[in-house]
Amino acid sequence: MNEILVKKELATKIKSIEFLNHGIARKAKPGQFVVVQMGAKGERFPITIGGTNRDKGTVKLIFNEVGKSAQKLGALNEGEVIDNVAGPLGNATEIEKFGTVLCFGGGVMVGPMVYEATSFKEAGNRIIAVIGARNRELLILKNEMKALSEDFYVSTDDGSEGNKGLDFLRAVFEKEKVDRVIGMSVATVTLRTLSELTKPYGVKTIVSLTPIMLDGTGMCGCCRVSVGGETKFACSDGPEFDGHLVDWDLLESRKRVYSHEERLSALIDEDGRKDLSSSMCRR
Amino acid sequence: MAEKLKLTRVPMDKQAPEIRRGNPDEVASGYTYEQAVEEAKRCIQCKKPGCVPNCPVNIDIPAFVEAVAEGDLPKAARIIYATNSLPAICGRVCPQETQCEERCALGKKGDPVAIGRLERFLADWARENPEESGIAKVSLAKATGKKVAVIGSGPAGLTCAADLAKAGHRVVMYEALHLPGGVTAYGIPEFRLPKSIVQAEVDYLVNVLGVELRLNQVIGRGATLDELLSDGYDALFLGIGAGAPMFLNIPGENLNMVYSANEFLVRLNLMKAYLFPEYDTPVKIGKKVAVVGAGNVAMDAARWALRLGAEKVYIVYRRTEAEMPARMEERENAKEEGVIFRLLTLPTAIIPDDHSSVKAMQCVEMELGEPDESGRRRPIVKPGSEFVLDVDMVIPSLGTRPNPIIARTTPDLETTRYGTVVADEITGKTRKDKVWAGGDIVTGAATVISAMGAARRAATDMDAWLRDRS
Repeated sequence: MNEILVKKELATKIKSIEFLNHGIARKAKPGQFVVVQMGAKGERFPITIGGTNRDKGTVKLIFNEVGKSAQKLGALNEGEVIDNVAGPLGNATEIEKFGTVLCFGGGVMVGPMVYEATSFKEAGNRIIAVIGARNRELLILKNEMKALSEDFYVSTDDGSEGNKGLDFLRAVFEKEKVDRVIGMSVATVTLRTLSELTKPYGVKTIVSLTPIMLDGTGMCGCCRVSVGGETKFACSDGPEFDGHLVDWDLLESRKRVYSHEERLSALIDEDGRKDLSSSMCRR
Repeated sequence: MAEKLKLTRVPMDKQAPEIRRGNPDEVASGYTYEQAVEEAKRCIQCKKPGCVPNCPVNIDIPAFVEAVAEGDLPKAARIIYATNSLPAICGRVCPQETQCEERCALGKKGDPVAIGRLERFLADWARENPEESGIAKVSLAKATGKKVAVIGSGPAGLTCAADLAKAGHRVVMYEALHLPGGVTAYGIPEFRLPKSIVQAEVDYLVNVLGVELRLNQVIGRGATLDELLSDGYDALFLGIGAGAPMFLNIPGENLNMVYSANEFLVRLNLMKAYLFPEYDTPVKIGKKVAVVGAGNVAMDAARWALRLGAEKVYIVYRRTEAEMPARMEERENAKEEGVIFRLLTLPTAIIPDDHSSVKAMQCVEMELGEPDESGRRRPIVKPGSEFVLDVDMVIPSLGTRPNPIIARTTPDLETTRYGTVVADEITGKTRKDKVWAGGDIVTGAATVISAMGAARRAATDMDAWLRDRS
């Protein structure tokens, strides 16, 4: 179980892996995630599912090699095994025939968006696809998203390819009736911008949130978010919520809690770690 | 037997408070052989012992204590293991003062016999001497050809799995996390229950009893109960506990530096965040920490906070110490270590600082009114008593509810409005065909020993039912 069968690099530091896990492959639906844990000392971290092959029993994950744990996962080769993968977790995205669905995928989350947009298309929706990245080098799965869509747009933060930023979307919403927007991005600010942009047009906008998670099963409340004034656990009530109701300030602030520790963890090599932790709890 | 009543129990060696609040190691070191024999000799061997009926699994306490007094440890181990498959855990975490020891005849005039400590001593001896104690030699019943899924590897699951495996059924135990043990792994700290003990119990199940353990299996999200049944299981046992944390529902509860006790404890116990950055999972610690609640989990969180270097740690509780649900020993340990009890105090808001973190906690004072439905005097707000408690970290520890994942994906599993599963009090049989349940998932958050008792009764009923079908 969990043997990596296919490994690809989609862009610098962006990896795609397919691993064997019949249980997850059989049950997973677009919008859900897995929690990965490696080694005796590794943390648990969530990755949104990027696709499955039920016949082969494989699950696809697309992830950024940023941070210690993701680097460890990215260092595994074909034939090697991921120690622990739990899933599918979270709720599947709501898929039905809405009409025209605008599917936005930013950064690595273009991966799971291909999976989700495929389901929307199969349900009979007309797809407007938008992929985004910081710059053109980091754009992934362009052809896949293009093939799924009637209209296709590219957005980069620096304008090195396609449109600069998301402002161009206003013209899209002015021009035609969009029945639903789905946004996936690890960058909370991008989803916030998207949600604020769609709000005046009254288009229901569903966003996949990525707060910090620990167990991913509803046990700890680490991933709590405020949606419409109610506290929700992203792992068990989400991870997708109505972007017009999300308390973005809270989410952004909670995502930054461990930024210092994350940098520390990524910087320190194995030898340095022992010295630092020798004083036990006192920090 | 003692000629004259000895009214004082043999003390158990403990790390000194100022030492132990700087390390994660177990607080009490347990009785030596000599101490155990001396303590066991205090038992007066009542004709109608009060301890036995007050034990949720009815261990033959006078018999095992007598065997210890006689130095016959293998015999004592046999007696205790006949009814309790996890004595090393129970000896450490049972609330003995409200169970066996509460009814000890010696308790009327002095200290009750230290039954919990004797149980712990014996279990540790048995684990370290598996040949002599005979616990490694288990006669498994002839294979029945029946296959059972036990969901959850906490106290209930471990107990049920052990009993069914001994009865000859093939048992597969499913655990959602990447490590087994349930609350004994993620909830109870190292300083109260070393993880090596939990691991030994799981190893025994897997290596000696032949139980198959499947980790990372979130039943309900992955396979559903109906899918397990159609995959060839003859019966299911649900021992999934009550793992979902409750919050205060006051303003400011989603600020940074507000951790549910579950999150704080999972980071520390399961993920070993106290060893960050050697381990990858981090945890934050405030200078002044308020833990809200007064159960064992609250004490665990407060004592961890001290061990991480917090300068001041408060237990904030709306009633008085008499109503606290925590074990007496843990309350005393916490106080010795320097945890400050802020009783008759109710938080009303958590005040933010400029960085979306905790600046302080707004509270009111309470007083006790008439008894409520729980029999405890109801705390009521003292008018005009608002005050601000100077803290920079808050850990709500208000108990837990069952995780709703399985109930949501099993429409015909009857649940209460609290989310607990409806099951027969004696047999643990749920209203769903072929499904039994026991432990916190049925009762709501309770004790390890009551979960074990329920699991054992369910296993007995399941075994009888499975045999009837062959």
